[in-house]
Amino acid sequence: MARDDKPEAEGRVFKIVGTRPIRPDGIDKVTGRARFGADMSAPGMLVGLVLRSPHAHARIRGIGTARAEALTGVKAVITRADFALDSGDIDDDDLRDILHNVMAHDKALYDGHAVAAVAAVSAPVARRALALIEVDYEVLPHVIDVDEAMKPDAPVLHQGRSDETVPAGMSANVMHRFEFGHGDVEAGFAEADVVIERSFRTAATHQGYIEPHACLASMGPDGQADLWCCTQGHYMVRNTCAGLLGLDASQLKVTASEIGGGFGGKTTVFLEPVALALARKSGRPVKMVMSRDEVLRASGPTSSTSIDVKIGMKRDGAITAGWAELRYQGGAFPGSPVQFGAMSCFAAYDLKNVQAIGWDVVANRPKQAAYRAPGAPMGAYAVESVVDELCEKLGLDRLEVRLKNASRDGTKAAYGPRFGRIGLTATLEAAKAHPHYTAPLGPNQGRGVACGFWFNFGGDTCVTLNVNADGTVGLSEGNPDIGGSRAAMTMMAAEELGIPYERVRTTIADTSALGQNEVTDGSRVTFAVGLATIKAARAAITVMCARAAKIWGIDEDAVVWEDGHAKPAGPNAGQFPPMSLAEIAALYANTGGPIAGHHEVTAEGAGVSFATHLVDAEVDPETGAVTILRYTVFQDAGKAVHPAYVEGQFQGGAVQGIGWALNEEYIYGADGRLQNPGFLDYRIPVASDLPMIDTVIIEVANPGHPYGVRGVGETSIVPPLAAVANAVSAAAGVRLTQLPMSPPKVLAAIDAARG
Amino acid sequence: MVRVAIWGSLRAATGGRAEVEVEAGNLRELLDRLAEAHPGIRPQIDRGVSVVIDGLVYNDSWFTPVRPDSEVVLLPRIVGG
Repeated sequence: MARDDKPEAEGRVFKIVGTRPIRPDGIDKVTGRARFGADMSAPGMLVGLVLRSPHAHARIRGIGTARAEALTGVKAVITRADFALDSGDIDDDDLRDILHNVMAHDKALYDGHAVAAVAAVSAPVARRALALIEVDYEVLPHVIDVDEAMKPDAPVLHQGRSDETVPAGMSANVMHRFEFGHGDVEAGFAEADVVIERSFRTAATHQGYIEPHACLASMGPDGQADLWCCTQGHYMVRNTCAGLLGLDASQLKVTASEIGGGFGGKTTVFLEPVALALARKSGRPVKMVMSRDEVLRASGPTSSTSIDVKIGMKRDGAITAGWAELRYQGGAFPGSPVQFGAMSCFAAYDLKNVQAIGWDVVANRPKQAAYRAPGAPMGAYAVESVVDELCEKLGLDRLEVRLKNASRDGTKAAYGPRFGRIGLTATLEAAKAHPHYTAPLGPNQGRGVACGFWFNFGGDTCVTLNVNADGTVGLSEGNPDIGGSRAAMTMMAAEELGIPYERVRTTIADTSALGQNEVTDGSRVTFAVGLATIKAARAAITVMCARAAKIWGIDEDAVVWEDGHAKPAGPNAGQFPPMSLAEIAALYANTGGPIAGHHEVTAEGAGVSFATHLVDAEVDPETGAVTILRYTVFQDAGKAVHPAYVEGQFQGGAVQGIGWALNEEYIYGADGRLQNPGFLDYRIPVASDLPMIDTVIIEVANPGHPYGVRGVGETSIVPPLAAVANAVSAAAGVRLTQLPMSPPKVLAAIDAARG
Repeated sequence: MVRVAIWGSLRAATGGRAEVEVEAGNLRELLDRLAEAHPGIRPQIDRGVSVVIDGLVYNDSWFTPVRPDSEVVLLPRIVGG
């Protein structure tokens, strides 16, 4: 669809979409009936535990398992040798890295890296068995910091993994170089009245999902296997585990549990292949549940970063050039999200001259996993901080400057393409008109503004909609419900069919029930699964119209569907009373058999999304402590299917961003070990730390979706790092350039500014 | 011929050109012709790319039509969290 096509949804009056029905999973979750990853059990189940490296970097000279295997109650001990495929057998770099991350081979690459696992009749026996496994380590020098890891003499994690984009002579820890942009940045800087260049650093943070990783695996002697787990994508789990264990995909059925948060961190596997390998070796079901310590040490936090930004501006606020160099460490394997940081950091601006360079670097930390708009919040933080400082220096209004330079429909984005219909200026105008923007501030208080962007994504999607004999509808989709997808799909199916919300039930099907479904990521589900749901409903409607046509003895083309009824298309089609969905469904056996609609698609055409955030903060000049006083999110949702869920996504992104900005960080000791692997020392914001997060939903329809939907789950975490930093800098009277802005850092910056 | 915009760090494979032309009627042909004409791009195509055609992002759909006047931009593969 060309970008100037009129959205199908334009002018449509919705009956269900846009309302706020009760969520279908609500009762189960508040009563404890909902089953999460650790709630599954099976007869004869064993407990699986993982032995993890205490070293940040060490060669594994040998692993002795005999004493552990001899312990009464131990049913299996595995090491890397127990995986059917070794890295040499795997042709896919990503899959090989996943295997190496799931179970170390020749080297342990970070504190917490799995080196062996046991399955035993109880947790105490399993723990005793872990203590009996003898690992002969040769401790190697390690590197934690991204800038240190790029130095030519840094300890090297992998030799020969740098790709063709990395210039000769750089550290072998540099994996890839990205560059985006257009125009001539030096010419642009020459045109500027003011140029500001700053360096920024952000700490690695964890998604902080409340539910730890958990799974239950079972495998029979015939090789048929079942896996229950909490994940953002059980098809991904099936495909990955089948690849790592040498199983046919058809032999492994994966069922997703309810999920207590993922935010990108559950888009890969950690325990699942280990549990399957233990189940295969022991012949018994094996359950594994990570402790919080394991989650923080050995699942996938996001990158820590080091970023330089240079921006030129004229006195009237016109930006003449933008340049950024971003360095992200992605843990012990290639694949940090630096390309997305480099692509997105200037996306909010219509720039003639722009260049962003990204470096993907490895360090002795856990392999990063996606975290909501992976890579984008850090880049936006750096760019939006410098834009803010330029506004301050030139005495310009921060929203007016953003409006003056804002990307609009048809703007050539800094990362290459021209934008189609976008809602950035609508979010900025809404912020400008909102009372929050002009509300008075008190002493030691400051207001921050920042914009953010995310691409959004579509992907493989498969939906089946069955019309039951009683006129109710069962919808099966293949994406774990993280952000309200059952409610949203139910609403879109009911809207399209013209029946009440309560007559549709949406179920997350297992991997044997539907074709391939992409992971719940990229803010894709309401867009892509919604699109497939609408089309599956339309397919069922076609069948029901055909059944009515048969009953009436008229052509199928002479029947239309309106308000949940088949009707003759007009007077020439004949005079027949409309037949409701329930009436047609009741006659299914007489008219051709069960009624269903399907849709299978690799959904393309996801619309990008922009947001503007406003935040007020107060800084205690004596302690450096920051209080968030007021926060308002303005974001383009395309079309908000269930506005309460959309608001929840806006609020959740803002809150996680506040935590990232103020408190959260991975702290390593000189020995390369994580010092704060628990929620007491790794501090995510709790309700008492926060004001109510206010939200304003902007709706600029996405032409690529029948209802105009854009993904909303990720954009909301992009602006808060910068918005909070700008507010804190204004309140403290000094520009803060490192995250988190914890009290000691804020106090040090204030003291340094005072001289 | 379809004009394809190439991102900065990939331009080493196109002799520094920010835009190249290929004869293609759909996405699959576009990627095949690109890799044939500029073999240095193939490693990145194998690692994964997204292609923006007239403002919309496509990852996999080989038979997405590409017109001679389409605006086509090659990007690293877009995923999410």
